[in-house]
Formats: sequence, structure tokens, C-alpha cells
Amino acid sequence: MEDLRFQHRVRARAGGIRKSAIVGVVASGNLEVLVERVLPDTECALDIKTAAIGFGEVWTAVIGDFVERYSPGGLRFSINDGGARPDTVSLRLAQAVRLIAENGQ
Amino acid sequence: MSTNWQNNRAARDARIAAGAGFARGKVVEASDATRLLEAVIRPGDRVCLEGDNQKQADLLSRALLAVDLSRVNDLHMVQSGVVLPEHLDLFERGVARRLDYAYSGPQSARIARMLFGGKIELGAVHTYLELFARYFIDLTPQVALIAAVSADREGNLYTGPNTEDTPTVVEATAFKDGIVIAQVNEIVETVPRVDIPADRVHFIVKSDKPFFVEPLFTRDPAAITEGQILTAMLAIKGIYAPYGVQRLNHGIGFSTAAIELLLPTFGERLGLKGKIATHFALNPHPALIPAIESGWVRQIHSFGSEVGMDDYIRARSDVYFTGPDGSLRSNRAFCQTAGLYACDMFIGSTLQIDLQGNSSTVTTSRIAGFGGAPNMGADARGRRHPSEPWLKAGAEADPDGAALMRRGRKLVVQIGETFGDKNVPLFVEKLDAIELAEKLNLELAPIMIYGDDVTHIVTEEGVANLLLCRTAQEREQAIRGVAGYTDVGRRRDHGMVAQLRERGVIRRPEDLGINPLDADRSLLAARSIKDLVRWSGGLYAPPSKFRNW
Repeated sequence: MEDLRFQHRVRARAGGIRKSAIVGVVASGNLEVLVERVLPDTECALDIKTAAIGFGEVWTAVIGDFVERYSPGGLRFSINDGGARPDTVSLRLAQAVRLIAENGQ
Repeated sequence: MSTNWQNNRAARDARIAAGAGFARGKVVEASDATRLLEAVIRPGDRVCLEGDNQKQADLLSRALLAVDLSRVNDLHMVQSGVVLPEHLDLFERGVARRLDYAYSGPQSARIARMLFGGKIELGAVHTYLELFARYFIDLTPQVALIAAVSADREGNLYTGPNTEDTPTVVEATAFKDGIVIAQVNEIVETVPRVDIPADRVHFIVKSDKPFFVEPLFTRDPAAITEGQILTAMLAIKGIYAPYGVQRLNHGIGFSTAAIELLLPTFGERLGLKGKIATHFALNPHPALIPAIESGWVRQIHSFGSEVGMDDYIRARSDVYFTGPDGSLRSNRAFCQTAGLYACDMFIGSTLQIDLQGNSSTVTTSRIAGFGGAPNMGADARGRRHPSEPWLKAGAEADPDGAALMRRGRKLVVQIGETFGDKNVPLFVEKLDAIELAEKLNLELAPIMIYGDDVTHIVTEEGVANLLLCRTAQEREQAIRGVAGYTDVGRRRDHGMVAQLRERGVIRRPEDLGINPLDADRSLLAARSIKDLVRWSGGLYAPPSKFRNW
């Protein structure tokens, strides 16, 4: 297991009013993302527990692109990764942002 | 001075006479199979032990493995598939020494070890069509050991849905004074249809159990990922639609299975029915059932069959090639030729792609062989008939050429996710195949598809159209530009990739109006094997390993 943590300043708050959302599953080649609206609007944080060791550089690139593209201000992501491919990670993060932006609790 | 011009015929007759002692008519008991082989095979013979990627003459393999080494040794095996453990045991034991082949799927790791260990003297790794061609020129078998479903007493053979390589192997052997020995599942009064006429068959061995067939073309829709669905959407909208690809061949990966399952859903919504994917050179892929049932597919010619598809094929004879008995007639040589000359597109996956677009399924510890992919995935230089996709691709490659003199181009598409199993990158700076060729002192690295034949690369990051690249540098950046987060992808020149995107050389999902978040499993026309059974009206009977009910 490897623990990684990323913090970014972002330009805008993530849309929607929902407080939290969860997508994905913890399984080999997959990942679970819990997203919570708990941070100031210009901040975003990602805590990653990953089964794959030595992919720090790839995570940095994936997270950098994700933050740039979706500007997930105010969100904290807790990620449980079962060695998912980078494209799966990008997809789950985008799904998490979409889900928390939906109306609802 | 008199010269004998019929030595080979005399030798053949002597072999038949030697084998006749173990036969009643042409029929030999399974328990006498080894003695029959010892009688008809000579040391150093070229032997084709029928084994391709599906059907296996498994009884005859075991019988050959048990021969007395003082009578049979140093054989030169010329066979399309090295698939069963016995195929390699022959070399461990010294029954065989030299090998020319095309495909070694399940034995790819062991064959690599044996080549490194010097246990096998390698002629070459071929494509199917190339090896078949050599059967008629310089690798003609002296003995062919083949597999059929049934035989009559005269030796007429019914090879059934899995006819595959048999007619080609028999043609080369029987008409050049060779011996043909067939293992059959049963001996009957009258065969359902004559696939191989009796006068080309010298001995028949009744097997105690049916020959082994591998379900190689079944992909469980349950295992298809969102990433594969996204790449499939990109391929349909970014390549099938703009070129209007109607005649094509699909590889066996999950990405192409996803395309097959998206035709009746995503493809239908795009209004593409009847405009794309109507004529196939393709095995009977179960994943294509929903598209067939939805009226997408007009005709399919097959290399071989697929386990569980027999009743479905029989009931859909408007789509498949069938015999007077109603069952599928496959033929690998003809289907390979069809894929080479009559298809406008090949789309398939690979294990490694380099910066020039060369691809290979060889890694340093596995030599899987080529099978048919290099023929499907190559421009046929002898092609002369025009078609819309072929001409359009030709025009993209050479926009300034004179239209009447410009060759078309076959669309050769490599599709895959940027990271494969266990996060191994698809894109590499240097192919493992080159390292292997250096280690084994090969004269040629085993390249599956040469870069100059590849026209498009599709990954979840986008479509790269290599036909539009004008320099080697553009080509490299177009490849890096769809290589995602692999090292190759992260080392891209961002400025140049942006320019290539403006020119449409690279197209992202958003450039094609596709939202990656829509790549959902609900888009698949079937999401499980059971769904496929339902689509087939109960005609598809999946093998037990694919059943979970």
C-alpha cells in the first residue's frame, strides 16, 4: 500500500449543493471515490490509498489534469484504489464531481 | 539412360503399404495409432500436425509423442498452431527438431523458454496465409495428421463447422505424394456433407473422444470496462462513420467486443445501421449476436467456428456460410484472403506500440506468434477494386496525387487502452520484439503490424489519424498525443499535439461530441453471456466456463 496526498488551489467552487457522494467499488483494477463538500471554495484535496506502488508521477499528472479541467473547489476526495488504470481514475473522479453536482441531499 | 520421375509416388505407396498392416480398409484402431505413425513416418519428415487456434488433432498428437525414437525422430513440424502441451513435448523428447509455425497462444511462454534453451530449431514465425503458401512451395508436408468430425468407410470426411485449415493442409499433402491421416470423432454410414473427398485420405483413426476445440472468440460482456466502451464509441463515431466502413474484420479483444455490442444502441442512435459493419470476415463471435438480431449484419465468412454457436449459425444461414447439411463451413485460407483483399478495415488490439506505430504481441518472455493479424492488418498491394473507405484513406495519405493513379489504403486500426493488464503501458519507446530478436539472433524482429500499415490508433484519450501525418515527427507526436499517462504520453510536445488536434490529426472525445461520462455499461446491447443467450432466442449454447447460472 502507498498513501498519497494532493492539495490544489482552484479557480472556482464545484457546482451543486449535495454534501457527499460515492462512486466506484474497491476491487482489483477499480477504485472507490468518496467526495465530501467540506473545504473552502478555492481549495481541493485528494487522499489516496493505493495498492499499486511507484505510480506517484502518474497520479500527479492525472490529478493535475483533473483539477485543471473540473475545478473541484470545496471538495475533499478520499480514494481507495485497487490498482486502477489512470483512465479509470480520471473517469471515477469525473463521475464523482458529476454526482455531487446533482440536486439532492 | 533412364531417369525415374516418380520416386515420390513410389515412396508414398510404400508408406501406405507399411501402414496398411494396422488398418482394416482405411480404418485404424486408436490403440494402433502410434504403430501406424511409426510405419508411415520417416526420420526428418516434414509433418503437419493439424492444430490451429481452435481445432486440435489431439489424439494424433499423443500418438506421435509415443513413437519409438529409433524409428521416428528429427521431424520438421510445419503447423499453424503450437497450442497443446504435446506439441512442445515432441521437441523435448526429440521426436521433432525443427519448427515452422504461425500461432502459439497458450504455449507462448514455454515456446520462448524452449527457443532460448535451444530445444527447438526455429524456421520462422509466419502468418497463417504465409505458412499455407509455403505448404505449396517449400514446406510441403510428407505427412498430414488432421482432425475431422466424422468419416465414412471409404474415407470421405465431414470436418463440420470447424473446417478451418483442413482443406488447405490436405490439398498440399495429398496432391504432392504425401500421406493424410485423419482422426475422427465417429465413423458413419454416410457423412452429412463431404468436406474432404475420400481419395485424399489414406488412414482414419477413430478417436475415443471428440477433438478438442478452444472457445477462443467468446468475450464475456460482463468484463467489458467503461474505458473499453469509451474507446469503442470513439472508433464508431471517429472511424466507422466518417469512412463508411461496411466490409471489415474485428480482432478478438474486449474493445472490439464492445464495438459489436454498441452497434444496436450507440450506432443505432447515430443512424449508422446499414451504413457501416454490414459484411465481415469474422469468426462467429457471440458478441455480434445482438447486432445480427437487430438487422445490422448482412454476411459473415468465417476462419473457423466458435463453441456453442452451431445451432445459432444453422438458424441464421442468410448471414453465415453453411453447407447442404445446414452447418457452418469455415475455411481459414479463404477467409484470410477475404480479409486481405475484400475488407476495407481491420481493427484489433495489441500489446505494444512504438513511436513509429509498429506493434507487437511478443514480450521478452512470450512468443505468441502472429496468427492472421498481419494479413488482416496490412494493405494488400495487389488490390485493384475501389471502395469509398479505401479511396478516402488513400486520398488522406496523398492529397496531391492524381485521383486516377492513386492507390487506396486499407484502414488498419489499433485500438486499446493506454494501460493494459496490471498497468503495463501499451506504448513503449522500444518494442520487446527487438530485444528478443537480438537475443535469439533472428534476422527479423517479430513485428505484428508494421507502422507504415497502421492508419489509426484509438485509445480512451482519442483517435490519432496517421494518414494525415506528413513527417516522422508528426507521426510520433500523434501517437504520443493519444498515449495517455504512459511515459510515452507524458513526454509529448504539448504545442505540437495541440496543432495536430487543430488539424484533426488527433481527435478528442469532445471533438467528436462524446462525453466520457456517457461511456456507461448500460450502452451495451448485452451485459452478460446470459443476455447473449436471450438475444439468440436460446440458440446460443455457451460453454460451461462462461455460464454462471
